[in-house]
Amino acid sequence: MAETLEFELVSPSKLLISQPVEMVVVPGSEGNFGALPQHAPMLSTVRPGVIDIYQKGAVVNRIFVAGGFAEVTETRCTVLAEEAVPLADLSRDAVQARLTAAREALQEADQPLEKAQAKNRIAVAEAMLAALS
Amino acid sequence: MASLKDLRARISSVKNTRKITSAMKMVAASKLRRAQEAAEAGRPYAERMERMLGNLAGSMVGQAGAPKLLAGTGKDAVHLLVVMTADRGLCGGFNTNVARNARNLIKDLQAAGKQVKVLCVGRKGRDLLKRDFASLILQTYEGLTRRGATFENADMVAQKVLSMFDAGEFDVCTVVYNKFQSAIAQVVTRQQLVPFPVPAVAANTNDAAGKALYEYEPSEEGILADLLPKNVSMQLFSALLEGDASEQGARMSAMDNATRNAGDMINKLTLVYNRTRQAAITKELIEIISGAEAL
Repeated sequence: MAETLEFELVSPSKLLISQPVEMVVVPGSEGNFGALPQHAPMLSTVRPGVIDIYQKGAVVNRIFVAGGFAEVTETRCTVLAEEAVPLADLSRDAVQARLTAAREALQEADQPLEKAQAKNRIAVAEAMLAALS
Repeated sequence: MASLKDLRARISSVKNTRKITSAMKMVAASKLRRAQEAAEAGRPYAERMERMLGNLAGSMVGQAGAPKLLAGTGKDAVHLLVVMTADRGLCGGFNTNVARNARNLIKDLQAAGKQVKVLCVGRKGRDLLKRDFASLILQTYEGLTRRGATFENADMVAQKVLSMFDAGEFDVCTVVYNKFQSAIAQVVTRQQLVPFPVPAVAANTNDAAGKALYEYEPSEEGILADLLPKNVSMQLFSALLEGDASEQGARMSAMDNATRNAGDMINKLTLVYNRTRQAAITKELIEIISGAEAL
């Protein structure tokens, strides 16, 4: 059996996944990176996108995360996500509705802070759509 | 001495009170379980974020480029207090403890010549503080834990704090809340949010050569600039969760006490009632007997 990496996916409300995996591919802000055992320690920000979990050379789980942080050490990969949903649980209609709502929020926003938040939501929804197609 | 009728009314009213307090206790107990689970579920995230931040902050401390959220503004003239209380009362000393702690802190700071601003989370905190410090309270948030504490709600407060910090409206931010220890013990805690207090351990391990060297993507500064505001949200979120669990715990034990007191009171009143009734009967008998003897 190959070496495994302890993968942890945590959202503010709970610990979503904590299991040994062969490899994970994380959407880093400067490009996707795969984390295998014995990876050099690194810290990265995560852009909205899909995390792929590999077991025995095949993808077994795909999870959408709406941005966050990833910490990789030789034996562990921790992803702190603001929001995380298994890709299978996302429906195109719901995401489309979310995108529309976010766009409307941007139109109505008049303060810089609200605008930034709405833009962020649009980016997340667009990334969800891209992940689905 | 109260009449029999008065006593009966009194007993039945205490019985009603007991029903209410015992129902409230039950409700609080079930809410407590949920709040406690939520608080425990939120801990892993907070722990990991602290670890990451400790790593990063340790290597950034003392460097010129450190972000303000970490290094501070270089002054401590204006303090912002976030006071976390409940929206509702009937939970023993829960709200007053936080308010008292906050009041002492405000007085200390003012005595030291600092300017103080207050953000109230929870209506009771505002009610208790506004008598002395109405002019210091900037804003009050209510109903944040009505349907259980959510990250969005905490984030809303955090965004306010961050935008004030960016606008240079304060130098140091401290949150005062009840830390949950058990259903009967809550500890009022002060925690500094801004500037981020670097854990002593992390600062020390930085000197050790054995510390793992991290690669950073995009860069140390970039990650810190993202991570620090997130950390403020997260700290507020965990304070909110702890506060919610503490509130339910405090209410549960307060209502348990109230229920027990009501029970004691009913016993006492029933005793008085029975004695009075017996005395009245005896009196009537004596009257009848002495009336019959007189004939």
